[in-house]
Amino acid sequence: MNAVAEPGVEHKIRVVVAKPGLDGHDRGAKIIARALRDSGMEVIYTGLHQTPEQIAETVIQEDADAIGVSILSGAHMTLIPKIVELLEAQGVDDVLITVGGTIPTKDIEALKEMGVSGVFTPGSPTDDIVEFIRNGVTKDRQI
Amino acid sequence: MEPTSTPSPESPAESSASDKAAKAADKEFRTMSGKPIRASYGPDDVTGDFDEKIGEPGQYPFTRGPYESMYRGRNWTMRQFAGFGTVDETNERFHYLLEHGQTGLSTAFDMPTLMGYDSDHARSLGEVGREGVAVDTIDDMEVLFKGIPLDQVSTSMTINAPAAILLAFYVLVGERQGVSPEKLAGTIQTDILKEYIAQKEWCFPVEPAMRLVTDMVEYCTDHMPRWHPISISGYHIREAGSTAAQELAFTLKDGFTYVERAMERGIDVDDFAPRLSFFFNAHIDFFEEIAKYRAARRIWARELKETYGAKKPESMRLRFHTQTAGVSLTAQQPLNNIVRTAIEALAGVLGGTQSLHTNSFDEALALPTEEAVRVALRTQQIISHETGVTNTADPLGGSYFVEALTDELEAEAYDYFRRIDEFGGMVEAVRQNFPQREIGEAAFTFQRELDDGERTIVGVNKYHNEEEEVPLLHIDPALEQVQVERLKKTRSERDSAEVESTLAELKRAAEGDGNLMYPIIECARARVTEGEMIEAMQEVFGTYTEIPVF
Repeated sequence: MNAVAEPGVEHKIRVVVAKPGLDGHDRGAKIIARALRDSGMEVIYTGLHQTPEQIAETVIQEDADAIGVSILSGAHMTLIPKIVELLEAQGVDDVLITVGGTIPTKDIEALKEMGVSGVFTPGSPTDDIVEFIRNGVTKDRQI
Repeated sequence: MEPTSTPSPESPAESSASDKAAKAADKEFRTMSGKPIRASYGPDDVTGDFDEKIGEPGQYPFTRGPYESMYRGRNWTMRQFAGFGTVDETNERFHYLLEHGQTGLSTAFDMPTLMGYDSDHARSLGEVGREGVAVDTIDDMEVLFKGIPLDQVSTSMTINAPAAILLAFYVLVGERQGVSPEKLAGTIQTDILKEYIAQKEWCFPVEPAMRLVTDMVEYCTDHMPRWHPISISGYHIREAGSTAAQELAFTLKDGFTYVERAMERGIDVDDFAPRLSFFFNAHIDFFEEIAKYRAARRIWARELKETYGAKKPESMRLRFHTQTAGVSLTAQQPLNNIVRTAIEALAGVLGGTQSLHTNSFDEALALPTEEAVRVALRTQQIISHETGVTNTADPLGGSYFVEALTDELEAEAYDYFRRIDEFGGMVEAVRQNFPQREIGEAAFTFQRELDDGERTIVGVNKYHNEEEEVPLLHIDPALEQVQVERLKKTRSERDSAEVESTLAELKRAAEGDGNLMYPIIECARARVTEGEMIEAMQEVFGTYTEIPVF
């Protein structure tokens, strides 16, 4: 849909798709990873069972523009703040953070306050997610 | 493409509507799994010999059901899956359920227990008791079943990679109660192949994990005649996004693989096959699901008889548990999920299930509240007591459409068997990500069709309205600390020399080829934790890292 990169953006957008926690619900993460890749982005999928430390390290090592954290275990209010803190502690402040999964409405605001840009709950069209990441990353670059 | 829909009946007077219907008849109609469906089916669609393919309920090839009288003789078991917090909370719930007439228990373990981590492991942080009950040692297991006579209930335990350890705990609780293993009745899931394929809860590489499964089958064959050592599961394969035919094919192929491993061990097929059971999904495409269950019974019966040489009808008779499709539930307009679950449950019943779990309407949002669980149970009771569908066995048998669809699913399953055999069998196919890739492909196709509006999900990509909040269950995070303290207490009380010697023996056995169930039982008796046993075996077997495909 939006496969042509914005003018002025030379390199491919690099996105880390991350799966924290012990559960194996990777259907959504894999679909998003593939949709992002098909739209022309460089996708690094962490695989399952990642700790917040492993995820933050991947973001830094891969020099990612954006991260999509997929979480369906109910542990988002423990794990997401940890990932955000770890990135901040390393001085990473230019990565667009998005979260997808079963996130109750009341937690969405809290996540946004701590620095998450977008939260996508079940039923979100994949195109909306692709576009959100593309726009968010492009906007940051132009600043 | 409008999956599962048919043109709506219109009055003959409305000519423009009937033009529209004619056009609609030209477009393609498909099942949710993408099978093309014709406008109608007739006698020519039911091919082959009646006795060989359809037959009578309770008789080979069991297409029409495993028992002659089906629900007239005995209703399906309404087995709702439960577990949360520590063993105290779950034991209390078990007593509540038993006092209200339930005779079977179904245990949900938390993620750390399922993955083989103790509650005080760094990886367990934030996950103890959240999605099930935490069990670390024999002491926990004893509390979990406190006051419950194990010779009088049947227990289902949903756990796979560490199944042998939890079975050992259960055997020892029985021993402490004075109940010998041969009197214990129940099921433990143990189906490790579908973990690598779909659910992704593993501890070891595939081969040693298969050895552990076979050790358990052997142990149960020798000592636990009332126990089902494996529940061969398609549920998670389907939830991960497979088609109906893939669920059918991969599940049965997993089953054949366990049969082959046990036979290679020298166990007579008729000594263990009757104790194998299955667990399927009930998704929303009504007739496709019914056809899937019927095809499963027919294929299993034929292969057990013809390929594996089973002689007893019980070895050929496929029995299964059903759970409605969690993945079909929507976070939008959650009350609509009650309708979806009812239709799925009905498909399970018309497909001849032996037990059923109905999901609760709020499960796309959180673990279910009590009210939501009650509505789910009532759904089964309404189907059982009000609708009359239980009055006769296999009421859809002989339907041109259902029989044709059963044949098609069967043919597609055999095509997958052939492709898996080209890899050298299921273990090798799993190693090379074949089923994983097929499922990922199907899941992606489904999502794309949904995004493109070729498929409709009410409330998701059509028929929106203002969302109303429903109350959600909250789990007290303080329970994690309670469990960590309990574990600390066990560790401080036990005889550490005994812990070390039993663990050393387990490692020695893992290095050799003896049956691991026996040293595991000795470890459990010495109050070795689940995590300690897993780590000892991992030192020999290694761990598993998936190379994800997407």
